[in-house]
Amino acid sequence: MKLIMAIIKPFKLDAVRVALTELGVEGMTVSEVKGFGRQKGQTEIYRGAEYNIEFVPKVKIEIVADNDRAERIVEAIRESAMTEKIGDGKIFVVDVEQAVRIRTGETGDSAL
Amino acid sequence: MSRILHGAGALMLASVFLLVSEPAHAQELNGANTAWILTSTALVLFMTLPGLALFYGGLVQAKNVLSVLMQCFAIACMASILWFAVVYSLAFDEGSAYVGGLGKMFMSGVSFDSLSGDIPESVFFMFQMTFAIITPALIVGAYVERIKFSSVMMISALWLIFVYGPVCHWVWGGGWLSEMGVMDFAGGLVVHATAGTSALVIVKFLGTRQGFPTHLQPPHSPGMTMIGAAMLWVGWFGFNAGSALAADGGAGMAMAVTHISAATASLVWVLIEWVKFGKPSLVGIVTGMVAGLATITPASGFVGPIGGFCIGLLGGFVCYWAVGFVKDKWKLDDSLDVFAVHGVGGILGTLAAAIFVADTFGGAGLADGMTMSSQLGIQAIGVASTVAWSAFATIIIVLITKAILGLRTSEDEMAEGLDLSYHGERDYNF
Repeated sequence: MKLIMAIIKPFKLDAVRVALTELGVEGMTVSEVKGFGRQKGQTEIYRGAEYNIEFVPKVKIEIVADNDRAERIVEAIRESAMTEKIGDGKIFVVDVEQAVRIRTGETGDSAL
Repeated sequence: MSRILHGAGALMLASVFLLVSEPAHAQELNGANTAWILTSTALVLFMTLPGLALFYGGLVQAKNVLSVLMQCFAIACMASILWFAVVYSLAFDEGSAYVGGLGKMFMSGVSFDSLSGDIPESVFFMFQMTFAIITPALIVGAYVERIKFSSVMMISALWLIFVYGPVCHWVWGGGWLSEMGVMDFAGGLVVHATAGTSALVIVKFLGTRQGFPTHLQPPHSPGMTMIGAAMLWVGWFGFNAGSALAADGGAGMAMAVTHISAATASLVWVLIEWVKFGKPSLVGIVTGMVAGLATITPASGFVGPIGGFCIGLLGGFVCYWAVGFVKDKWKLDDSLDVFAVHGVGGILGTLAAAIFVADTFGGAGLADGMTMSSQLGIQAIGVASTVAWSAFATIIIVLITKAILGLRTSEDEMAEGLDLSYHGERDYNF
């Protein structure tokens, strides 16, 4: 099992959800996060004064999938979240040791 | 000026300063005027609660929004009680040329039947009270996000007694400036110049917000600011048109020029931003609105529509420039631009009133024996004396408060936010 963690632009969330639903992904966890990468922060202007916003708002999506589907999911996120402009975000994939469905106690792939 | 001539049409005011000496107590109650001033009183209270509170609240960080709302609300309550106890008397009781007497303390002598001009004195008392509420609340914008709550209350209380009461007496209570013939229809001097000047003095002693000037946090809710600004605009009709103290053509024209100036200055401000930064901002357009309203305030009952438009243009340009000047050149963290918008606007409008009152510009006309330059001289004396007294008295008030309570919160309290560290609550629980 793999944990796919994608940090994307907030307004791309719905496009990503649609793309993943088409792939048959049945669940995901979404959080509003802040951070910076190569994009650094951004500048906002209020009453003529510049404010440096060091942490830019992003959305983090977390999906756990079996090994076969993980690659396709990563590709779908990349395609649907891309604007080709700086700040599109990153995708991380890590191994998952165990998964448990709380209601039934199922474990492993069948818990997904 | 208008306060002394209750009932006289505001259009007449400018040309009949000599009427000041004529006794006003012989008049009978006028129901129409009374109804309008009752309404205006409600409008002006609405400017502070919640208008100004929301306007300022949206401009601070999310962790400090309650402290700002709280300061505005608490000042409103305290100013009301002080007004009742002593400040109304200092402003409007007969006294010396410099301050009223103590004969009207605790509304002494104000009964169901007492008249002030041709409206009940209780109504006049309440209408004027709403001005005494908003003026110290305007200063809140200067010291947000870093001041102790107790110091806010102490400074505001002393300020009402030693700055607002006397200056109100000078200009509207029959004091020396009104004897001289100064024109301040609705508070360019009494409200905006006093608040703006004192704001600068307080921040000089208080110091800056964390991160000023390069690493400040942006306003947490410009939407909240717009809601508050819109309430200020509506409430300002009571502020300016109510200052005619009558339901007449003077009040109507005051309302018209107020609106024209506000709309004009809003557009000026946002156009400057659009040209300079490429984007017209909401915070910009509503700040321009306040600048336009503050600038027209002293002139509102005296000038005509063209005057209102010109004053709106002036207010927009000059106040925009002043915002940058105070922060960049003086390096003073007048956080929400109380001086640049209210102080500069009030002073500018007080001076401009002398020009646009002239018949040439469609105004009500200069008083008998006055020329534009002689009136301008009187206006300048009004500005200089108001600014000087506000600055001097506020320095003393701040030094006393600093010695007894201190002014500035600890750095930790500031980092945590004043909402939690001073009021034990937060606005946004998710």
